[in-house]
Amino acid sequence: MSVDTSISVDEIRKEFPVLHQQVNGKPLIYFDNAATSQTPECVTNALIHYYQNDNANIHRGIHTLAERATTAFEETRKAAQRFINAEEAEEIIFTKGTTEGINLVAQAYGRKFLKAGDEIIISGMEHHSNIVPWQLLCEQTGAKLKVIPVQPSGEILLEDFDRLLTDKTKLVSVVYISNSLGTVNPVAEIIAKAHAAGAVTMVDGAQAAPHHQIDVQALDCDFLAFSGHKMYGPTGVGVLYGKRALLERMDPYQGGGEMIREVTFEKTTYNDIPYKFEAGTPNIADVVAFKAAIEFIEGIGFEFLHQQEMALLQRGKERLYGIDGFTPIGTAAHKTSVISFLIDGVHPFDLGMLLDARGIAVRTGHHCTQPLMDHFQIEGTVRASFAVYNTVEEIDTFAEALSEIVKKFRS
Amino acid sequence: MSIAEKEQEIVEEFSMLDGDMEMTINYIMELGEQLPEMPADKKNDDHIVKGCQSKVWLAATANEAGQVIFQADSNTAVTKGLVSLLVRVLSEEAPEAILNTEITFPQQIGMNRFIGTQRSNGFGAMIKQMKLYALALSSKTQTDA
Repeated sequence: MSVDTSISVDEIRKEFPVLHQQVNGKPLIYFDNAATSQTPECVTNALIHYYQNDNANIHRGIHTLAERATTAFEETRKAAQRFINAEEAEEIIFTKGTTEGINLVAQAYGRKFLKAGDEIIISGMEHHSNIVPWQLLCEQTGAKLKVIPVQPSGEILLEDFDRLLTDKTKLVSVVYISNSLGTVNPVAEIIAKAHAAGAVTMVDGAQAAPHHQIDVQALDCDFLAFSGHKMYGPTGVGVLYGKRALLERMDPYQGGGEMIREVTFEKTTYNDIPYKFEAGTPNIADVVAFKAAIEFIEGIGFEFLHQQEMALLQRGKERLYGIDGFTPIGTAAHKTSVISFLIDGVHPFDLGMLLDARGIAVRTGHHCTQPLMDHFQIEGTVRASFAVYNTVEEIDTFAEALSEIVKKFRS
Repeated sequence: MSIAEKEQEIVEEFSMLDGDMEMTINYIMELGEQLPEMPADKKNDDHIVKGCQSKVWLAATANEAGQVIFQADSNTAVTKGLVSLLVRVLSEEAPEAILNTEITFPQQIGMNRFIGTQRSNGFGAMIKQMKLYALALSSKTQTDA
């Protein structure tokens, strides 16, 4: 497929009102996209349209608004299915976000099927959301957590994974793209090896969803979780994909309305997937608006997204790497549009504040990956993460601001 | 100079920065640079202030007049500047004066606006720690007497 030449970054930027403002008297440069991306008007319009026209509780309602709300909600399920190429819409479960998706698998699958002596493998670059749910599961079941070590470049080696993978391994959960470093992991190879060893696989797709075409059938992962707010969508909505056969064998995650077939005080029978895992009234409005975010990405196309983000990453490397005392953290050959770094002698918090004073939003700290920071023997980094609406001019301004700030520290 | 007068002095200094964020941060960092060096052996876990995002160490001793002398440091330049403001206001004061003081200069200079909610909480934790030191030193003085 070729890049759609009718699309331009200028046109894309027009769809994001939030970008057109001054922060501390300077034009906002938003480089905190790996934490939360901004939301285009099509998404906020969908949210407003829902509340102003269709708001009602979904499923089981007989009236027109309930029917419209239900249809809109289920349309997003179909859009999400298409977005990650799932075989069936029923394999799409709506969650609050990636964290809830991983917790759901840990509890509804892990607690039922793992036992003492079993092993779970994760990587050393996981977000806390792909560490703590498994630690909780290990405490509950007596299973053990094994960690694929991280190389100085911020990559993992398949031979290290091979050494950990045994017949005791029952579950492998790895991050597709590291939020702290931008490293793109060889998840397809990891999944194939895990399956060959008889393990079930989970992919943390939070950072992958806005950058890479995810194809769950090609990857053959058993579970994959991602979040709306990192892919130009609303906060508080995410997707857990699971293969039907596994989802059907799992216990419910939470009990309540929506997830039941029949309730008596003696015994309750559960609804079919995906509803079995969607107890209570879901976040209907945000799920409905999430469809607009999926369509926004599809409208631009991953070819354009990728081309633009790689151009930004390249410019960032060219302009930033030469700054006095600059050390990139995470130099994987295959990485996404994230530049995590340290400046010798300047604390990331100070840099973050001084950049904010110039209207530049970056993230500073451990990025919810404390074990990874410990591995690099650092407290945290400054992270600039780029989205499709960012421009090379913004990177130039950022580089100049950073140079000036560093010069002041050196004087 | 009383605590209130020292606070007033800070308010006046900050008013000259005209609310410019960058100038304000640079000024705070400059103030931090002027903070007397804290002995390395005091920069340990016993003196760390809990509830701060950055590392902040605070120690206190009493001088011959029974006034509290604070020593402080931080691993970040902005936080070091912030704690230096508190040292300036509360150091060389009697424990009772410190305990009876309601610090108001952060509100007066609109500190929340330029340090954010999380750091404001950390700033509150520093004040609390300084008052605890004052309390400990005041009861010690009373016991000694």
